[in-house]
Amino acid sequence: MQDLANADAILIMGSNMAEAHPVGFRWPMKAKEKGATLIHVDPHFSRTSACCDLYVPTRAGTDIAFLGGLINYVLSNDLWFKDYVVAYTNASSIVSDQYRDTEDLDGMFSGFDASTHKYDNSSWVYQGPAMEGPEDAASHSGHGQEGTSPAKHQPDRDETLQHPRCVFQILKRHYARYTPEMVERICGVPQDLFLRVAETLTKNSGRERTTAICYAVGWTQQSYGPQIIRAAGILQLLLGNMGRPGGGIMALRGHASIQGSTDVPTLFDLLPGYLPQPASFKDDQTLESYLKGATVKGGYWNNLPKFMVSMLKAWYGEAARKDNQFGYDWLGKITGDHSHIATAAAMADGKVSGFIVFGQNPAAGSPHASLQRKALKQLDWMVAIDLYETETAAFWYAGPERPNPSDIKTEVFLIPTAAPAEKDGTFTNTQRLLQFHDKAVDPPGDARSDLWFVYHLGRRLKDLYRDSTRPRDQGLLNLTWDYLPDRPGPEFRIQDEPSAEKVLKEINGRTVSDGKLLKDFEHLKADGSTACGVWIYCGVFPEEGKNKARNRTPTPDNYVSPEWGFAWPANRRILYNRASADPAGKPWSERKKYIYWDAAKKRWTGPDVPDFPQTKAPDTPAKPEGHGMELHSGADPFSLKPDGRGWLFAPSGLKDGPLPTFYEPLESPVTNLLYDQQSSPAVNRVPRKDNPFSPPGDPRFPYVATTYRVTEQYLSGVMSRWVPWLSELMPEMFAEISPELAAERGVKNGEWIVVSSVRKEIECRALVTRRVHPLAVDGRTIHVVGLPIHFGYKGLVKGAMVNDLVALSEEPNVYIQEDKAFTCNVRRGRLS
Amino acid sequence: MAVEREGGLGLGTLGRLGMAPQPMSHESIVKAPRTRAADKVVESVCPYCAVGCGQLVYVKDKTIIDIEGNPNSPINEGTLCPKGAATYQYVVNPHRVKTVRYRAPHSDHWEDRPLEWAMDRIAKLIQETREKTFLERSADGKLVNQTQGIATLGGATMDNEENYLIKKLFNGGLGVVSIENQARI
Amino acid sequence: MIEAYQRVMNVESPPAPKTPKGFFTDTSLCIGCKACEVACKQWNQLPADGYRLSGDSYDNTGRFSATTWRHVEFVEQAKANSRRDGQRWLMMSDVCKHCANAACLEACPTGSLIRTEYGTVYVQQDICNGCGFCVPACPFGVIDRAPKHGTFEPGTAHKCTLCYDRLRDDMTPACAKACPTASIQFGDVEELQARARRRLGELRTRGESRAQLYGMPENEEAREVGPLHAFFLLLDKPAVYNLPEVPRLPRKSMAQRYAWSGAVAIGAAVLSALVFGRRG
Repeated sequence: MQDLANADAILIMGSNMAEAHPVGFRWPMKAKEKGATLIHVDPHFSRTSACCDLYVPTRAGTDIAFLGGLINYVLSNDLWFKDYVVAYTNASSIVSDQYRDTEDLDGMFSGFDASTHKYDNSSWVYQGPAMEGPEDAASHSGHGQEGTSPAKHQPDRDETLQHPRCVFQILKRHYARYTPEMVERICGVPQDLFLRVAETLTKNSGRERTTAICYAVGWTQQSYGPQIIRAAGILQLLLGNMGRPGGGIMALRGHASIQGSTDVPTLFDLLPGYLPQPASFKDDQTLESYLKGATVKGGYWNNLPKFMVSMLKAWYGEAARKDNQFGYDWLGKITGDHSHIATAAAMADGKVSGFIVFGQNPAAGSPHASLQRKALKQLDWMVAIDLYETETAAFWYAGPERPNPSDIKTEVFLIPTAAPAEKDGTFTNTQRLLQFHDKAVDPPGDARSDLWFVYHLGRRLKDLYRDSTRPRDQGLLNLTWDYLPDRPGPEFRIQDEPSAEKVLKEINGRTVSDGKLLKDFEHLKADGSTACGVWIYCGVFPEEGKNKARNRTPTPDNYVSPEWGFAWPANRRILYNRASADPAGKPWSERKKYIYWDAAKKRWTGPDVPDFPQTKAPDTPAKPEGHGMELHSGADPFSLKPDGRGWLFAPSGLKDGPLPTFYEPLESPVTNLLYDQQSSPAVNRVPRKDNPFSPPGDPRFPYVATTYRVTEQYLSGVMSRWVPWLSELMPEMFAEISPELAAERGVKNGEWIVVSSVRKEIECRALVTRRVHPLAVDGRTIHVVGLPIHFGYKGLVKGAMVNDLVALSEEPNVYIQEDKAFTCNVRRGRLS
Repeated sequence: MAVEREGGLGLGTLGRLGMAPQPMSHESIVKAPRTRAADKVVESVCPYCAVGCGQLVYVKDKTIIDIEGNPNSPINEGTLCPKGAATYQYVVNPHRVKTVRYRAPHSDHWEDRPLEWAMDRIAKLIQETREKTFLERSADGKLVNQTQGIATLGGATMDNEENYLIKKLFNGGLGVVSIENQARI
Repeated sequence: MIEAYQRVMNVESPPAPKTPKGFFTDTSLCIGCKACEVACKQWNQLPADGYRLSGDSYDNTGRFSATTWRHVEFVEQAKANSRRDGQRWLMMSDVCKHCANAACLEACPTGSLIRTEYGTVYVQQDICNGCGFCVPACPFGVIDRAPKHGTFEPGTAHKCTLCYDRLRDDMTPACAKACPTASIQFGDVEELQARARRRLGELRTRGESRAQLYGMPENEEAREVGPLHAFFLLLDKPAVYNLPEVPRLPRKSMAQRYAWSGAVAIGAAVLSALVFGRRG
């Protein structure tokens, strides 16, 4: 993030950075002071827009039309960074002759099965010799990690980029229709504004200059969020901005350790370190078949068996042996979609009995919140763990539906928990940085850390199953579970608090024979001789007494601050930084020097840890018959990709298409001008009676609603609406509308209005402001309704929940709902 | 530097000495920041967004007396946003829940319950539900060792160590598959 | 005479003068986050003022009060056309100006309001008797009395102290320390003034034609209240930010008031010392 200060231009899109990440926004402000141009493309003029040099109003949900327009501008005006693109991307790779593009199939890719709404992506592969690898190409990736899944072929290449089926030519054809005129008609962005953005980005990219892109949930919370991020990736690869100082794509994540909770996943489809969760619908019946399916031949993921076996050793200890597949059978296998949204739907149908909620608030903060509350009422028991009484904890007596407690069977526990200042532990921030926070005081009363809760719950469960000999219980009984400190801190009242450092050491990993902590993941083995809970974090605790997450040494001379915290992997601050040097290993320019080849010392060097084998010379040829990193040459910078190249075209890893394609949001007032296909075909709309969608152009819901954060509040409000100093600054729910829309609906500033979607109505105050722009979209005016997300029915200040308006839907790769664009209506007055 | 003005009397006369400091009460003379009396200063991280600002927690008599930005942090260099600046009131707040609150089925009120009782009861409920809903093999005969009767939610506001134990206990020990957090929303 | 006065007033000789300290608030760097408002309340342990949506842009604070010593103003500008020509959203963190000729200080009959060794203006809570003369005297509407029946220091006058307590340990005032974008800069007044002049030059070069400084010694607004120790770089006319073009000392009313305050002030102060004693 500090690296943003080195950018010459910054495009902020899908993010309200100044409001949601004010301290992170210091770095764009510093870049601006150094002369960089800041651009904000957003449906709503926010404090971010106010601080940028250029604000571009756009229709919510049309980001790929805009980015596709930029890609087309770069390609058709020949403004791409040729040396970078040819050497570092898959532009020259030739794609299978079975592949059909949206250009051929009017908005669809080859392989779509209309009965299942799913793609068979076997035609989206490279042409070339087959590599051994899995049949299933499901993504291993979580957020912040992209495309780690296998490719099936080593590509044939045409470095002249002329072959009609090379990626470059496919790309050109795919984006040819994304013209400035089309951008204007779809997004409502006047062409002169669009062209100013295009010129700014292209003039500030190349050898001497770099452009960065920042995004947040404004992109991810759409029906094809990963595709929007991919579109930004394509643009940045074409402009040569990946892996270089002041370049890249910055994901601005929203919670203190949301990156950590993806790396160490409390997610259904992942095991720690982005290993796929074993599934009954894949060939995962044995450890051997799982490893065969999940291991990629080319690139660093070739080491996956080492990561998996070491994790099983960390979990099951001595009970994990070669003759029992290291306890692989004890892992709960997934049998379908068990995501939060799918689970909420199952819960609403009475299929879930017990629910434990750690510091989350689905009754106000999850999509289709009224359905979430309905789901909670079907539970037999629920445990909410938080510092305050949340909307979720209070669902049985409070909320818009005015529930009658005597009708609700759920047994409810509200367990008081500790704040970070009251416990030891690590957070992983949005730039993959692990930082330890030290315990300052005990939490009050019976409040305990979540670590305490899980540890002591596990201890009790092990005790309850103590005498079981059933195979299904052996996983629990064999879990290593020894976390009490050797010597509890004498200054604290709570003496049975588990040691977070003990857990962190297990995460880091040890050699089994002598118990020595591992220095890095290069030392992991697949034979059971190493145990490591989370391979990507290996190295955070390399020896006793050396917790690198607790490193707090300022290094004023090195802005990447290598001695502050620990950035995974291997303390690398900028990923793919090999790309900051040219193929021969020299910096692209003196101005943008970062990691480069020191020919005298025969190693890569620079202010950061090189993201490349330290001593692999730039002229090292690839070994086509080898495996892992041998398949990459000394000039292939993207080590996690099977082919070592940045992917303009994704030959595997995505379920909804190899190239980002514009579709209208699931709910839209207009029809898709680019293709017959209205919305993304592979989205799961979670079809059920209580989850309706309004059809395209529905006159009952003519306006586009979008949602956002404001600086003064946080998430659904549990951490801010009980805090008087924050509550007074933003004390009530409101909707931002333009004076034009206010006039159309007869609403004055400050009056009550009702905002409705096809699912529910909410009431709030109108904030009438010229900061909301009516958009001219293909000859008609589209009005935007801006809705902050922070309110609920508990707390010092209360207000309607925007999530009551939102539908359940699932993007097919990451199971995220679309709430950044949906249709609504507005009327003056209150709910009766 | 001070601009002369006419007509001052009394205290104004002293004011006309220009910028000279004026006599003050003993309390003012000895005024000092409360952090001077802190027993310890603990390094922490802001609990709000994912920027990861460093914080300093000042403690006196086992009580937090101040939380502000850590100037050493290369991320925030001592600064904070309004939420970060309000961390003190998030932690030291009379509205916090400090006891286990329990609501029996169909009851219309919360009751306070002992922590140990609640932990025993929750463990028992997990066991009962797991026994009722456990699936060793799927319909097509594959070994799955899972339960869909229990779900957990949350983790993005919590520590890595906590998430690690949740995944390990609930999936690796109990076979729970619906383990989810805010990364989806 | 001074010693006798000090004895009567129960006050002591002040510390030796230090280099004057102040704030330079550069609104061109403000992101309107209000960290300053919260950091001020946190450090000074000030309660919230209430929960009311103003409907006035994102300003729900509205004004200074006895318990709000920093206040971020929001000014929305745009033409009424569909392209919103000239659109800007100006933000400015306002604060006590610590005037060189502080009207509040001059109006104070008890000696509660003083000039400190840092050149700042400070209300001594143990001396303030809550007479309220300072409140209408301030041309910026900064100082206010806490409600008589509230929980926070009932009845006495309050405003920004420029973190007088923190200054004693060379700590940056809470607002300036928290400010993520260095919109609020703390330091030696003369150095800050030099910095402000440089900054204005930079912004003018960049084309910010309406940028101007407010509260500098050479400026019109210093005519009566003197140079401001908390001064500003604005991106538009002062009136746009609700700042007076020429802040006035309330001379006429002051002259009348001094007529009796001259006679009564010391008496009132003595009374206050005797009757109220030292407030703890």
